[in-house]
Amino acid sequence: MADADETSKQAERNTNVGDGIAVKKQDIARAKNEGKELTKDEKQRLRKEKKQQKKNKKDDKGESEHENVPLPPSQAVVQCQSQKAPSVAPSLALTPVSVCTSEKPAKSKAEQRAERRARQEADRAAKGKKGESAQQPPSGKSKAPPNELQPVVKRLPEHVQVDDPAAVRKLAKKLERQQIPVRSEYGYKVSLFSHLHQYSRKAPLTQQISIPSTVIHPYIVRLGLQYSQGIVAGSNARSIALLHAFQKVIQDYKTPPNEELSRDLVNKLKPYISYLNQCRPLSASMGNAIKYVKKEISNIPCLCKEEEAKKQLLSCIDNYIKEKITLAATTISAYAIEKISNGDVILVYGCSSLVNHILCDAFDKKRKFSVIVVDSRPRLEGREALRRLVKKGICCTYVLISAVSYILPEVSKVFLGAHALLANGYVMSRVGTSQIALVAKAYNVPVLVCCETYKFCERVQTDSFVSNELDDPDDLMVTRKGKIHLENWQDIRQLGLLNLVYDVTPPDFVDLVITDLGMIPCTSVPVVLRVKNVDQ
Amino acid sequence: MELQAVLMAAGGGSRMMELTYNTHKPLLPVGNKPLIWYPLNLLERVGFEEVIIITTKDVQKMLTPDRLKLDGKMKLDVVCIQLEGEMGTADALRHVQQKIKTDVLVLSCDLITDVALHEVVDLFRAHNASMAMLMSKLHEFTETVPGQKGKKKAGEQRDFVGVDATGQRLLFMANEADLEDGLTIRKSIMCKHPSMRIRTGLLDAHLYCLKRCVVDFLVENKNISSIRGELIPYLVRKQFSKSVNLPNNKDEVEMSQKMEGQTNLEILGSCKDEELLRLTQERSCWNDHHGDMSEAYHGGKVRCYVHIMEDGVCYRVNTLAAYIEANRMVSAPKLIEDPPIHPSAVISECTQVGADSIIGASCQISDKTSIKRSTVGASSTVREKVKITNSILMNGVTVEEGCNIQGSVICSNAVIGRNADIKYCLVGSSQRIEPDGDLKMSRDWPA
Repeated sequence: MADADETSKQAERNTNVGDGIAVKKQDIARAKNEGKELTKDEKQRLRKEKKQQKKNKKDDKGESEHENVPLPPSQAVVQCQSQKAPSVAPSLALTPVSVCTSEKPAKSKAEQRAERRARQEADRAAKGKKGESAQQPPSGKSKAPPNELQPVVKRLPEHVQVDDPAAVRKLAKKLERQQIPVRSEYGYKVSLFSHLHQYSRKAPLTQQISIPSTVIHPYIVRLGLQYSQGIVAGSNARSIALLHAFQKVIQDYKTPPNEELSRDLVNKLKPYISYLNQCRPLSASMGNAIKYVKKEISNIPCLCKEEEAKKQLLSCIDNYIKEKITLAATTISAYAIEKISNGDVILVYGCSSLVNHILCDAFDKKRKFSVIVVDSRPRLEGREALRRLVKKGICCTYVLISAVSYILPEVSKVFLGAHALLANGYVMSRVGTSQIALVAKAYNVPVLVCCETYKFCERVQTDSFVSNELDDPDDLMVTRKGKIHLENWQDIRQLGLLNLVYDVTPPDFVDLVITDLGMIPCTSVPVVLRVKNVDQ
Repeated sequence: MELQAVLMAAGGGSRMMELTYNTHKPLLPVGNKPLIWYPLNLLERVGFEEVIIITTKDVQKMLTPDRLKLDGKMKLDVVCIQLEGEMGTADALRHVQQKIKTDVLVLSCDLITDVALHEVVDLFRAHNASMAMLMSKLHEFTETVPGQKGKKKAGEQRDFVGVDATGQRLLFMANEADLEDGLTIRKSIMCKHPSMRIRTGLLDAHLYCLKRCVVDFLVENKNISSIRGELIPYLVRKQFSKSVNLPNNKDEVEMSQKMEGQTNLEILGSCKDEELLRLTQERSCWNDHHGDMSEAYHGGKVRCYVHIMEDGVCYRVNTLAAYIEANRMVSAPKLIEDPPIHPSAVISECTQVGADSIIGASCQISDKTSIKRSTVGASSTVREKVKITNSILMNGVTVEEGCNIQGSVICSNAVIGRNADIKYCLVGSSQRIEPDGDLKMSRDWPA
């Protein structure tokens, strides 16, 4: 017996595969002869062989995974069968085979994990078939892998994952089903933001659709083009334009026979929404508007005639715009004017339609104040805000964001607009807003954010990386004295241009949020959302 | 539906009578395809499913799909007009006004181009423009035109085109013929667009996207007869004219319409302007210009845009020189997907056919011929020892042995006798050149 053990150990150490097999066959023969006592030893030997296998795996290098996959099932089968008393010998016979084949490849940890996963699945299948309880070691082994394999993390559908090929494929399939072309990515993306889309303005989506567009309503094509070229920019403008386009779609809609308007129209809108998303990622306000429209459409009673239903929908959309945007702006400016006193120096950033509206209203109500407009590249939206305020007659100063800490000692209040208010109280706004809020906090200047309630969104975000928008990197190229700087940025491999659009401001830096429901602290946003949901 | 295509194919080809006296202009072979195939192919590639073709009765008979060799399922709606009435393009558009229900894309049948049409249409869509057109850099014609002795006269007068700093908004357009005293630019244009670039080396491709209200305007104003000559300059000027005080409700609009004889384009345009669009523009933080106090587009309702092609193929085949140049360029692979040598052509082994030559269907090319940079039409016969260089042979031409044809245009069914030496000539349809003839720079067609 000792001899047998020694020879078997030698066989294990022996890297010569052929000899190993020969020696093990001798062992098998001996095992058969010597009967039950050896089964325990054989089991020990099995375990040692497996350890050896693992060592060999680590020593060798470079095996492709697909070679592994057919292996583990065989190994799994081996393990299942190894517990059956009468089939010890065949198991021995099988293990040498698996040892030989496994000595060839070398596996990395990921590949080992994949093997274990596959093994585990095969185990489960085997258990199902045989239904045995004496599967302790394999089940013990298979318990270890599940701890490592967590079930796939459930992500909210709006999370963009461009660097995950499975997610990209899923999106491509969805777009193909809806007959919307896929817009191709452009340029090198900075690694922290490689999960976001980055498109070029010079490659519009209209290149890939037929010119008298038949799949997509012409108004939606026009809207998508205006979004991607920046002609319609700003949260409110985009929502109004979207609802206007939806009105046109509803006007031109004809219910096909055997279909219900309430269900078919929603299905009609889905490809349009995908198309607009491809042109430019949807804003939170647009998302809420779409939810509202879809809800209204679904609530149309079945017996309603088409004309009546259409009229009702059109008037619903008109009401939504009137209530949530126009009247909300009036209400907000009525609240905000209480906060503007004579002699104030108000700082605004970029071009927020709501903040401009508030300031123009305050000026109309004869308040005496002056404004400092802070602007930033590459959009330089502050110029437009400056134009509107100066046209009204307000005294304005214009600085770039690099001068913010210089002029802040002179500022009495900061008014900021918002793109969305997140459920944890963070304010999502144009990139640069959080900077201004930070510096204002350092100088103890009150920061007031103005935001309509329809921009409140249930998302939670604490940093600007997770969910953002990347604009065309070519916007950062500037022409000075006939020379285009950064002209060949694509040729420099280590250079990436980042043109972020949004950032989030923590609620610690925001003193007050002025909404159409009143003046609330930043942390009351979830309350408002809850109340809104209850109402609906 | 978004856009309807209208193809103008009723022109007579008055600037190349030598070619068009026998064959109508839309059917002139270029690269062995009728001229009208090129704009139709452009429309089909882009995705149009229906085209309205305005043409004469004679051409209509020939416009059957198999003769046109169109592969796709595009529906052709052919409308006939009488040629005697001297109808201009605007008159023709007025003629089909009932069929036009949306914005319209007007093309000319002599346009050969590989432009990405979405560039023109995107300008039209994005800025809600009244008109968007296509222009291209003018290519100088380097080939010697057969039959034209001496230097080419500057017969075409220049167009002066003024665009703004972005190169897309059309500010000014005038032809040299109209500017006797000099170029005058209105102060209002300079106030609104202080930076303007005036270009002269541009070719108007005669491709226009027009809004529906412009077509309605044409219907009301019957004195406009040509799109290019009258309507487009009018629209460009109208962008900057002092705006009429826009009435607020519909009754006033109708009253003012009755008071004025002509319907004002602005009134027609502004009624369609919606409250929500205005609201959107008000809330949007975009402006097309910076530095002055006015809103986007300076509040103007009429906007004209132009897309200028810097590179690419764009020809208008309305002169002989253009016709020859187009035949050369058309062998570029972008425009024709068919192989240059038609599979049914019979070419014997000892012939040399250059890579840039096009041989039509059912041709017979015999031994020891050399064909370079030329186009040979369908059903032509070329006998032995013939040398054809830089020439265009139309359909059914017979060339006898030993001929030498250089830089010439031979029209359909002509017969060139043996050992003829033809250089830079234009041989008319069904003419016969005597054997051993020696022709240089002459035109030969029936008087």
